[in-house]
Amino acid sequence: MELSEHIKTANVEDVTLRRPFHPALRGTLCVTSHHLLFSDRKDEASWQLLILLKNIDAIEKRAVGSSGTITIKCKDLLVLQLEIPGMEECLNIASSIEALSSLESVTEMYPFFYRPSHLTLNGPWGLSSTEQYYKQTERLWDRWRVSTLNSDYSVCPSYPSAVIMPREVDDDKLIRSARFRQGGRFPVLSYCHHRNGMVIMRSSQPLTGANKKRCKEDELLLQAVIDGSELGYIIDLRSAQQAQQARMTGGGFESKSFYSHWKRIHRHHERGKVVQESLIKLVEACSDPSHSVDRWLSKLENSKWLSHVHSALSTAGLVVECVERDGHSVLVHGSEGTDNTLLVSSLAQLILDPASRTVTGFLCLLEREWIQAGHPFQQRCAHSAYSHARLKQECPIFLLLLDCVWQVWRQFPLALEFSEALLLRLAQEVYASNYGTFLCNSEQERCAAGVKENTHCLFQSLLRPDIEEQYLNPLYEPTDLAIWPSVHPQSLQLWTGLFLRWTEYAQNMEEAREEVWSIVKEHHEQAGPDRTNNTLSTHCDTLTPFENLMDELTIL
Amino acid sequence: MEHIRTPKVENVRMIDRLTPRKSTVGTLYLSSTHTIFVENSEAHKETWVLHSLVYNVERLPTNSSGSPLIIRCKNFHVYRLLIPQEKDCLDVLASLTQLSCPERYGELFCFSFNPNLDKELREKAWGFINLKAEFSRMGIPCNLWHVTAANHEYRLCDTYPSELFVPKSASPAVIVGSAKFRSRGRLPVLSYFHRDTSPNLFIASICRSSQPLTGFSARSSDDEQMLQAIMKSNPVSEFMYVVDTRPKLNAMANRAAGKGYENEDHYTNIKLQFIGIENIHVMRNSQQKLIDVGELAAPSMSDFLWGLENSGWLKHIKAVLDAGVFIAKAVAEDGVSVLVHCSDGWDRTAQACSVASVLLDPYYRTIKGLMVLIEKDWVSFGHKFSHRYAHLDGDPKEVSPVMDQFLECVWQLMQQFPCAFEFSERFLIQLHTHIYSCQHGNFIGNCQKERRDLRLQERTHSLWPHLWENRAEYTNPLYRTDHSQTQGVLKPLTTAYCFKFWKGMYGRAEKSVASHQSPADCLNAVREESQQLEEELSSHQEVPREMDAGQGIHMHA
Repeated sequence: MELSEHIKTANVEDVTLRRPFHPALRGTLCVTSHHLLFSDRKDEASWQLLILLKNIDAIEKRAVGSSGTITIKCKDLLVLQLEIPGMEECLNIASSIEALSSLESVTEMYPFFYRPSHLTLNGPWGLSSTEQYYKQTERLWDRWRVSTLNSDYSVCPSYPSAVIMPREVDDDKLIRSARFRQGGRFPVLSYCHHRNGMVIMRSSQPLTGANKKRCKEDELLLQAVIDGSELGYIIDLRSAQQAQQARMTGGGFESKSFYSHWKRIHRHHERGKVVQESLIKLVEACSDPSHSVDRWLSKLENSKWLSHVHSALSTAGLVVECVERDGHSVLVHGSEGTDNTLLVSSLAQLILDPASRTVTGFLCLLEREWIQAGHPFQQRCAHSAYSHARLKQECPIFLLLLDCVWQVWRQFPLALEFSEALLLRLAQEVYASNYGTFLCNSEQERCAAGVKENTHCLFQSLLRPDIEEQYLNPLYEPTDLAIWPSVHPQSLQLWTGLFLRWTEYAQNMEEAREEVWSIVKEHHEQAGPDRTNNTLSTHCDTLTPFENLMDELTIL
Repeated sequence: MEHIRTPKVENVRMIDRLTPRKSTVGTLYLSSTHTIFVENSEAHKETWVLHSLVYNVERLPTNSSGSPLIIRCKNFHVYRLLIPQEKDCLDVLASLTQLSCPERYGELFCFSFNPNLDKELREKAWGFINLKAEFSRMGIPCNLWHVTAANHEYRLCDTYPSELFVPKSASPAVIVGSAKFRSRGRLPVLSYFHRDTSPNLFIASICRSSQPLTGFSARSSDDEQMLQAIMKSNPVSEFMYVVDTRPKLNAMANRAAGKGYENEDHYTNIKLQFIGIENIHVMRNSQQKLIDVGELAAPSMSDFLWGLENSGWLKHIKAVLDAGVFIAKAVAEDGVSVLVHCSDGWDRTAQACSVASVLLDPYYRTIKGLMVLIEKDWVSFGHKFSHRYAHLDGDPKEVSPVMDQFLECVWQLMQQFPCAFEFSERFLIQLHTHIYSCQHGNFIGNCQKERRDLRLQERTHSLWPHLWENRAEYTNPLYRTDHSQTQGVLKPLTTAYCFKFWKGMYGRAEKSVASHQSPADCLNAVREESQQLEEELSSHQEVPREMDAGQGIHMHA
C-alpha cells in the first residue's frame, strides 16, 4: 500500500491551531506522507508549522457540533489542538495521522525521503568507528587489537562489525565467549582511561544457567583484560537477588570461583516498562498546573524518574571511582547489555574523559556507545509519554541518559562544550527525525536497510559546516579532570528544559541564555580573536567530588 | 570571658561527613565572640564561627577516637568536630552553650564589634538608608498623602516608626480613633505608593495595619473613615481590597478574643480577601523539618522528595508568594488600593507587602532597593527581629523564620526571572546570615523605639554601607537595567513545579569550603575584563553585530 493511500483528505481550510501560550491561529492544514503542515492565511510573512507525523505520539478526537477537534500529543511533549470544520474531514485527518505516524517499515520513514539541497548522499557516514577510536587511543596499541570477527554480524547480531579485544585472545576464543553471553554480547572494550590505561568493558550477562555452567574462554578473556593485575570490578546492574533469579531463565553472573580476580558489585537499576511508566507519570504530573505543592511533590516522587537519574549517576560514579581513583578495570553489564549497560558506561566516560565533553566528542560517544553498540532505538523509542498503545519494548533509556548529562552539565556549567539546546535537540531527534542516525536497532539492521546509503547522518549535519551557536556552551572551559557529579538528592533537579519545555517557564530561561551569550560575545569582540582562548581560564580550580557545585545560576 | 573554660584545644579533627577523606586536623580556639578552627596544614586555613550564629551544640557519646561535637548554626552551617579528650569536649560544650545564648542586649556582638570607623563615618553610615527619601522617590508627600506627626515619640503606637504616611483627608481624630480600634495601635498607614507610568495612570497604594478589634460586633467609625480615606486617595477606583493574610478560620477565631477582621457591611466599598498564610508556629515547625531533610546522611531520592513534601515548606513559600502576587495584581492591573493585615501586622503583613513591592517596583530588585525595602517594611514597621531570630535567650515560641521566607520568595523569583535582579543568591544568603549574626546594629531589638532607647546608632555600626561597598561580590551578571525582565511588574508563575528546594541555603549543612564552578563568577569576570578592554580600546570603533532576525518557517521535527 502506497503511503498516499492513507490520505483521504489532504487539505483543509479554516483550521484553527491552538498552541500553549500563543494566540490561536487560523489557516490551512495539509497532510502529506510524512508531515502535518499548518500555514496561516496571511499572505505576507506567512507562518508555518511543520510536524513530522512520526513525532505524533497520540491523538484525541472530539466532535463539537459539525466540526471536530483533534488534540495532537507529540513525542517531544508538545501538545497542540486543531479545530477542523467538517466532521468527515476531521475523521479523515485523524485516521491519516494514526496510520502514517506509526509506520513499521524503516525504508518508508522520512529519513529515506529527506533530500535537502545542502547535503549530498554517498559521502562517508557518521563521525567515528571502532577503528578510529583504536587509532586515536595510543594506550591501546600495545595490548589491544581490533577484531573483525563480527564483520558479517554472525557472532553477535547487535554488535558492530569491529570490536576492540585483548591481543592475546584470538577470535576463536571470542566466538566461544560470545556463545556464553546473552545475544552474543561478549565483553568488549568500551573505554580506555587516558590517565592510567584502565579500561571499561561492557557485555551482556553470562549464560551460566541453573547448573552453573562455565566457559573457559570467557574466563580467559576477562583474565586477559586485567592482564596480571590483581583485581577488576564487575558492576552488575541488577540486585544480587535478581542476578540469582536470572539463572532460572538461563542467565546468570560471573561466579567468584571461576573469575577469581574479579570482584562483583551489584547495583539495582530499573529497566524497561518501569522506566517507561516513570516517564509517563512524570509527564502527566508536569502537564497539570493545578496541582498543589504537596500533590506535585508527591507525584514527582511517585514517578520515580529522578530516582532513575540518581541510580544511573551513582553507578556511573562508582565505575569512575574504580577506574580513576582505585586504578582498576571494570566490566559493566546487566541482562541484555543494550540499555542500562550503555547508560552507565557512557556516563562514566563523560565524567572521566575530557574528550567526550566537546560537541564532537560527545556525539562520537553517542555514536560508538549507543548506535554502533546496538541500543535498539526503534523498539525503545516507538512511543513516548502520551501514547495509549500497549507498551511493547518502549523504554526511554536514552532520554534518561540525556537527563543525566544535563544534571552533570548543571553541576559543572563550564566543563562541557555543548549546551542544553543540543540535549533537547537530541531528545527530539531520537523519537522523530529527518536523519537516519537513530533508525533501526543495530548496525546489522541499518546495513540491511541501506541507512547509510539512503539517509543523512544527524551528527554530521550538526557539525557541518559550523556548529550552530545555540548548541555551544558560551562558558566552556575545558578541564582535564574527572567531573564527579554530586548524587545527593538535593543536587539533582527536574530537567525543566525538557519537561516544562512548552510552558511559560521556559521563556524567561531562554532570555537568560541569550543574555549569557551576549555578555560573552561582547567580551569576544572586545578581546579580539587572539585573546579569546585564554581569558576564561582563571576560574577552573580543582574539581572536587560531592561538592555543592552551583546553584547561583541554575538556568544557564 | 568568664564563660570560657578552655580557650584552646589541640589536635581537633574537623569532619567532612560526605567526604571523610577531606577531614582536617587543627587547633580550636574559643574567643569571647568566635570559635576559631585553625588547620595544622601549611595554609593554616581558618574557620571562624560567630557565637551569636550558633543555634545549638550537641555532644555525641565519646568513642575510641574522641568526643564528637556538632555545632549547628542559624545559617544552617553544621560543623562536626572530634575532640581527643572528653573533658575538653565538655568544657567547649559548656562554654559554647553559654556564649551562644546571651541574656542581655549589651552582651551582643554588635556592641563590641569595631571595624575601626571614626565617629563621623559611623554616623554617616547610619544615614545610608533614608526612608524619607524613599517615600519621596515614590512621590510622597503629594496632594493625596502626607506625613503625620501623630506618632511623635511613639505615643500612638510604640511598635511603629515615628513618621507615618496617611491620606491627607484623614483628620487627626480619625487617625487616633483608628489606632484605638486596631490591635496594638497599629493603624492603617501607607507602605507603598504605586505611580503607574502606563496610560492607565493608576495611583493605587499598599497600606498595612494590624487586625481590627471587631470581636463579634464592635465597630469604629474612625476606622471606617480611615479606610474610606485610603480608598478615596485613589480617585480612579470604586473599592479597595482588604487582604487578610491569615487563613479565614484563624481570623474568625480571633473574634472570640475581641479581635478579628473587617465586617464588609460596616466598611463601605471594601472587598475582603483571605490568603491563608499559616502562623509563626506552623512555619517554625515546617522549617525544622526542612532542615532535617537537608541533614539526612544518605537519603534516597524518595526520602528526599517525601521529606520535602512532608515539611510543607514550599507550600508555605507559595502561600507567601501568592499573597504578593494577589496584591501586586490588584495594584498594577486593576488599579485598586490594598490594605494588608494579619494579626499584629508585623510578620505575614511584612512578607506580603514586601513581596508585592518586589513584584511591582524594579527598584526593589536592585541591591540598594532591597536594602531600602527591608529597612522600610521590616525594620521600621516593627518586625520583631530580636524575638524572631532568637538574638537573646528568650521564649522559643516567639522564634520563627519569617524573614527567611521573604528572602526565599525573592530567591524563587530569581529562579524564574534570572535577569530581573541586580543581586545574586549570595546577597540573599549574606543578608540572612546578618539578620541572625548580631554583628551590626540594624536588626537588633524589636521596633524603632527599642532601637532608639538602646542608642544603637551611637553604639553599633550599620550593615548597609558595608554591604554596599562590597556590592561587586553580590552582583548578578545577567542583570541589565534595560532588559525586559528588569522593567515593570513581574508576573511570576506560581504553579507548584516552579518552587524549588533552596539548596544554596538549606544544603549547606555539610559543605566544606571548596571551589565551585560558578557561572556567575565566570560571567562577572568576563564582564569586568570586557570593561577594562573597552577602556583600553576606547579609541577603536565598534562594529555593531546584527542578529539574524527573520524566521519564516518554524521547523518542528
